Amino acid sequence: MRPFARRAVLTGAAVILSSPLSLAAERRYEIILAKMKFGLAPEGLRVGDTVVWVNRDLFRHTATARDLSFDVDLAPNAQAAVVLAHPGIVAVYCRFHPGMNLQLEISE
Amino acid sequence: MLRNTVIAGFIAVVVSAVSAYSVWAEDARLTDPQIAHIAYTAGQIDVDAAQLALTKTENVDVRAFAELMARDHAAVNDQALALVKRLNVTPEANGTSTALTKQAAETRAQLEALSGGEFDRAYVESEVAYHRTVNDALRNALIPSAQNAELKALLETGLTLFQEHQAHAEHLAKMVK
Repeated sequence: MRPFARRAVLTGAAVILSSPLSLAAERRYEIILAKMKFGLAPEGLRVGDTVVWVNRDLFRHTATARDLSFDVDLAPNAQAAVVLAHPGIVAVYCRFHPGMNLQLEISE
Repeated sequence: MLRNTVIAGFIAVVVSAVSAYSVWAEDARLTDPQIAHIAYTAGQIDVDAAQLALTKTENVDVRAFAELMARDHAAVNDQALALVKRLNVTPEANGTSTALTKQAAETRAQLEALSGGEFDRAYVESEVAYHRTVNDALRNALIPSAQNAELKALLETGLTLFQEHQAHAEHLAKMVK
């Protein structure tokens, strides 16, 4: 999982370097995992935005996109950044506890 | 045949555990130190069962499940220990936690005698039954009786977690059939 998270961060850096015009528009959101739940999905997500998954729970979790566009493994107290790559509705779940679910709505 | 014996043995254990739990449900005076001891004991039993499974199973899905059980239950118990220390509460052994330990030893002896697919099926079925029983106890006895808000909150998070485990075990039970 770690290499994937690193790759996601690098992709984000590449986006910033290659398109300075969009820099102002790029935003960073935190989604906190706690007590066996994902926090609320931010509204108004756009392609290129960064979502930082922060695990404040006692348990190891993942934030895994059902469309496989990202999959981060989060030990307790760990966090990982994901750059949203494409628009649409992305269902996210935890592979270890699939009752944990979240839906991201991402526009262009 | 052996498997049937194990299942029958396990069912007997679960039935007696359920009877024990229904006794607690009637006992409104289950104290926080007793609740802490029961919850910790129940968690440790599942960690021990997972560790046994990890020495025995060759099934990749059963292994992943056992790893999850060992990790999640240990995390709850670590938190429970930290909490009782902070609250200066000494967990208190009681009839229910003693019965749980005794029953777990019997189940373990039965599981230790098995191997391969027989072990996998018996372990997973015992996990289904165990999580059902513990979840019923949490819901109907331990959580309603808990007085300390932090203890109650930890038990509630535990219940959410163990319901996930129960669903996982039920799904796995269909796969190893």
